[in-house]
Amino acid sequence: MPLTGIEIFKLLPKTNCGECGVPTCLAFAMKLASGKAELSACPHVTEEAKANLEEASAPPILPVTIGAGAAAPRVGGETVMFRHEKRFENPPALAILISDTMAEAEVKARLDKCRQLQYERVGLTLKPDLVALKADSGDARKFEALVNQAKGSGCPLILMSDHPDILAAGLKACADQKPLLYAATEGNIDRVAGLAKENSCPVAVKASGPEGLARLTEKLTAAGIRNIVLDSGARTVRQALEDQVIIRSAALNKKFRPLGFPTITFPAEMTDDPMKEAVIASMFIAKYAGIIVLSDFRGESLFPLLVERMNIFTDPQRPLATTEGIYEINNPTENSPVLITSNFSLTYFIVSGEIENSKVPSWLLVKDTEGLSVMTSWAAGKFSADIIAPFVKKCGIMDKVKHQKLVIPGYLAAESGGLEEELPGWEILVGPREGAHIPAYLKTWQS
Amino acid sequence: MAFEVPKTAYSGQIKEIKLGQGDKAVTVGGESSYPFYLFEGEMPHLPRIAMEVYDCPPEEWPEAALEPFAGVTDDPVAWAKKCLSDYGAEMICLQLLSTDPNGLDRGADEAAEVVKKVADAIDVPLIVWGTANHDKDTEVLRKVAELCQDKSLILGPVEEADHKKIGAAAIGYQHTVVASTPIDINLAKQLTILLGNLGVPDELIVMDPTVSGIGYGIEYCYSVMERMRMAALTQQDDKLQFPIICNIAKETWKTKEAKISEAEDPRMGDVKKRGILLEAMSAMAMLLAGGDVLIMRHPEAIKLVREMIAELTKA
Repeated sequence: MPLTGIEIFKLLPKTNCGECGVPTCLAFAMKLASGKAELSACPHVTEEAKANLEEASAPPILPVTIGAGAAAPRVGGETVMFRHEKRFENPPALAILISDTMAEAEVKARLDKCRQLQYERVGLTLKPDLVALKADSGDARKFEALVNQAKGSGCPLILMSDHPDILAAGLKACADQKPLLYAATEGNIDRVAGLAKENSCPVAVKASGPEGLARLTEKLTAAGIRNIVLDSGARTVRQALEDQVIIRSAALNKKFRPLGFPTITFPAEMTDDPMKEAVIASMFIAKYAGIIVLSDFRGESLFPLLVERMNIFTDPQRPLATTEGIYEINNPTENSPVLITSNFSLTYFIVSGEIENSKVPSWLLVKDTEGLSVMTSWAAGKFSADIIAPFVKKCGIMDKVKHQKLVIPGYLAAESGGLEEELPGWEILVGPREGAHIPAYLKTWQS
Repeated sequence: MAFEVPKTAYSGQIKEIKLGQGDKAVTVGGESSYPFYLFEGEMPHLPRIAMEVYDCPPEEWPEAALEPFAGVTDDPVAWAKKCLSDYGAEMICLQLLSTDPNGLDRGADEAAEVVKKVADAIDVPLIVWGTANHDKDTEVLRKVAELCQDKSLILGPVEEADHKKIGAAAIGYQHTVVASTPIDINLAKQLTILLGNLGVPDELIVMDPTVSGIGYGIEYCYSVMERMRMAALTQQDDKLQFPIICNIAKETWKTKEAKISEAEDPRMGDVKKRGILLEAMSAMAMLLAGGDVLIMRHPEAIKLVREMIAELTKA
């Protein structure tokens, strides 16, 4: 919860020395409150005041970066319980579990999947994020060997062991990558906290239930450790869901700082059935998980999870837009129909999907309508004849087809007259209003 | 700092609506908290799954969707019976695809006869779903209402443009109305008000927010449903306190993502499992947002969702 100007003023020296470039401490405090100044501009603020200010203006759920470098995902940082209240900020990171009891070939195959199982969708790359290395063998050297094999994979790591010694051995091999240390528990918190602090790594905390977690995180924050991830210990579906809800609600609605951290969840440890595991993971994507650890990555489950994640974490105020251009569907030729639609991604998916279903080879022109749907953009004057015509002339479709027929969306029927004027020589055909009627329409189209 | 489980301040609950009649009637609704938040509320009735049956053989379904219904897709009665006997269906949804004016355009009388045959052959609640063409649905659903007047059907989609005529038939012949709106909370509220004004009693209303699957706008219906529940449970909006029905399966199985073969794109994995998961995961999202009745297709997707419902509500 951000501090007000007055609350900040109380923490400043109140000398009005002017060295920050602002004549009075109160004015400086106001600037700080509105984000127009940096605290570092004041040379006389006390360490205590600095810490208080940072603490009070920290987000209710801390954003935590797992790993180092460009591929390191950021989780947490959430501010709402429901995406429609604003948006969800940081999509959950998906991790693949690799055990140090697995054969080297199996390990390699899994690491390869992290790179290969990537998908393009409306100009975005959907891909998994993390590799979770588990010290099942109980042998520090085996674990270290696994870490060495995995650390070049390009995916940030989670190191998993109950034994601080084994954790330390694994960490030695990859400390510069700032892996997530899993996990600090009641029994080992001092040692694991030490490892995290020395190496500036994020650390997971495991307890049984939110209350236990709060006790442990308070110890960690007292020791100056802030990059924390929470495992409530729940491994049944009901308990896991309830814990996710309770933790987020405590952090957001009650400003309960000890639970103001992202969570880590383990569908991998909740079932042996990969199909059920995927459905459990899909629950966690919608309901508040920061990291989701899977027993494996398989295309048939990873793809739906990645798309669901993209959907839930889309900003409701800024729906996805598709790039303007000519889209070829079903291998069109110079005699194939030409259709035009808006660049609202949902429109694009539906229209292109229906064209595909029709099996009729077609050219789909997607016009940039600022991400608005056909009806909305038309109502806003952003999809009118004088906007469509220049696009049709310039986009290059005339080099690709022999005919000059343009199918416009049914809801743009009112533009057909204007378009005939703006595109002399072109025949303007009014297509269906509903995407679902496109296949029937296309089957009757003649060049 | 001591820890207290934070609880939402609820001020209302979802109405309990009985669907169907007799021994196998089903009651849905009654929730007094957000979906599955059993630590702060109750779900006296669990969400239910209706299995789809089509009144004409489906075209262009992927193999995975046809496999469980081999041999019965040309006979809606046999199809419905198979859903009950082989797959333990607790409700059936008969999709009147044949009546689509852009397709077979079957007449109301013929379509209604098929509905009657199916209704006579089963004892579980029967949902009858038209094509959202207002003129055709008005004709067909009114005929269905009359012909099956003692069957307590659930008729949809009833939209603002056709709510008067179909609503009247529902009142007259005592069927439940699926109040269907295009992903808009204000229109949803408006339609339940209009139906109420017409004389449809609350006990005969359920809401359809219009759903779509993962990759095709699921986030829209997900958020509309969450907003509906927020209004119903915490803002005393009694016009939104109705159970929600989601016709989800047909949306997920028609996408190209449910059909691409593994050979075509190895990264997409096994096509059958993928189709099942697209259906099950889309349905899961609907459940988390407030779906009370899910219209589903594949027995394995249904099994996964049923297991999740059971786990989420286990003591």
